[in-house]
Amino acid sequence: MLWNTLLLALRAIRRNLLRSFLTVLGIVIGVSAVITMVTLGNGATRSVSDQIASMGSNLLMVRPGQRFGPGSGGAPSFRIADVEAIRDQISLVAQVAPIANRMATVVYQANNWSTDVQGTTNDYFAAGNWNLVAGRSFTAAEERAGRTVCVIGQTVRENLFGGQNPVGSQIRIRQFSCEVIGLLHPKGQTAFGTDQDDVVVMPLRAVQRRLTGSQDIGRITVSVRDNESMDAARNQIELLLRERRNIAPGQDDDFRVMDTRQLAETLTSTTRTLTLLLGAVAAVSLMVGGIGIMNIMLVSVTERTREIGTRLAIGALERDVLLQFLIEAVVLASLGGLVGIALATAASWFLAGMMGVPYLFDPFINLVSFVFSAAIGVIFGFFPARRAAGLNPIDALRHE
Amino acid sequence: MKDDTLIRLLAVRKIYGRGPTAFEALKGIDLTIDGGEFVAIMGHSGSGKSTTMNILGCLDVPSGGSYRFLGVPVEQLSRDQRALLRRHYLGFVFQGFNLLARTTALENVELPLIYRGEPAAARRTAARAALDQVGLLGWEHHTPAELSGGQQQRVAIARAIVTRPAVLLADEPTGNLDSTTSREIMELIRTLNGDQGLTVLMVTHEAEMAAYARRVVNFVDGRVESDRRKEIV
Repeated sequence: MLWNTLLLALRAIRRNLLRSFLTVLGIVIGVSAVITMVTLGNGATRSVSDQIASMGSNLLMVRPGQRFGPGSGGAPSFRIADVEAIRDQISLVAQVAPIANRMATVVYQANNWSTDVQGTTNDYFAAGNWNLVAGRSFTAAEERAGRTVCVIGQTVRENLFGGQNPVGSQIRIRQFSCEVIGLLHPKGQTAFGTDQDDVVVMPLRAVQRRLTGSQDIGRITVSVRDNESMDAARNQIELLLRERRNIAPGQDDDFRVMDTRQLAETLTSTTRTLTLLLGAVAAVSLMVGGIGIMNIMLVSVTERTREIGTRLAIGALERDVLLQFLIEAVVLASLGGLVGIALATAASWFLAGMMGVPYLFDPFINLVSFVFSAAIGVIFGFFPARRAAGLNPIDALRHE
Repeated sequence: MKDDTLIRLLAVRKIYGRGPTAFEALKGIDLTIDGGEFVAIMGHSGSGKSTTMNILGCLDVPSGGSYRFLGVPVEQLSRDQRALLRRHYLGFVFQGFNLLARTTALENVELPLIYRGEPAAARRTAARAALDQVGLLGWEHHTPAELSGGQQQRVAIARAIVTRPAVLLADEPTGNLDSTTSREIMELIRTLNGDQGLTVLMVTHEAEMAAYARRVVNFVDGRVESDRRKEIV
């Protein structure tokens, strides 16, 4: 009986192909909107977490001051002794890289480019997951003497050298010249939108002596041996620095230790919330689509009153008519769901490419959207179907 | 006492509405119809012939009196039970044909069999045979829009007889047809009655169509005014 009712419903849909399509257009758009939003949101979340991973894993960033972002807000900077203390006294850390930086214009022949010149040690490359495409990193002698040698990022190379190999060339930074000894592997943008490849890396002493003119260290990047020790390492660093900076018990820290993993969690949870929000907005359009189905089904019941009368006269039970209209609504909505899934797959694949986020097929949201669209057919088809089934056959037959 | 009479109306009354606006459409109808009869029910509009037809077709129930179909008191049946009775014993032909639009003749004829839950192959065979009986073999795949009025009514008749019903109820079957086509349809109905012993109840207001029947019941103001049988020649 169910099969026969399904057959009748399919015949009814086929008889009104154009109208059936228009009826489910709302569902099609709703389903494809939900899936596209969620798929793109997942892609964005993935790309954010990939970017954070590219900054290096198990990283702690130590900055003076309590403010988030650059600047110390009056708190004293670190000294090289702080870096050495962390390296020597905390066994959980793998690398400790001090960083002193200054914006400066770098020049090569007729090209100049304003970039971030960072003074650090070789630990910087290991901690930050930086690989070299060409050349080498610093030698111990270069670090000790603060020689003017540098490793440059891809963005700097493009702006100064174009496609040329920069290794071995001399570039000029302010008043001094500097030999390019290495080229970094490109990393792309950070989650905050800054270009990680727009950088010139020099030995710490060279930057301190020639650019910043002080012994200050703006921040310290610490990589921890394993993921589990992150919190312990963080606590130990905090204790150590409090002691070294003479902070009395009960007084607030005048520095801040940030954890990339926490950063990653915060950012991905933000994008996830955004995805949820967009998905919810799209879900509303799915509901509107359901109301569209109810509307057309009600019109259809009125329009097909005589047909319903005929069916009742030749022996259809109330249940048969109810089931027919209900199944018609469900089949319509489900077909709309399928078309929507197809549309969403095409749209999110295309949009993901345009937005530069990875396309991640999410079977769960596809399944949920499909089931949900079928459920909408049941919910919004029930009222019109009840009305059809409850018709008096005599009145229905007489209906013009 | 077992009652094998096909149709027996006993003092059937039908009242529409309530209170002062109530209208008594049927004022006590007694009518007995046996299997194999061909009965025409005549009368002007408002005479109660359509109401009688609705009651006979189990689409409506009497307000008073009793209607026994094969001994079953129809007025005591539920809506679904009456639907099942229609499904298994009655075939309907309407003035307006009432075929499903954009649906082939074959699918239209199959419709009652779908409700009876017959398998597809049996449905197809029976529908073809019914179309053959009404002279429409070769038109199975035409939709109502592609058929003439007479052909559409033939499809409707095929749909009514495909279940081999006990009674064929025809409500003004020629009302929408020209006179030549009307005569063809009446000939067809007479053949079904004569050759296969199909009981036919037909409502009409045209004397020419009533003349095809073997028994003519005339309604006036909710009462049976006359009930004449023709001798079979």
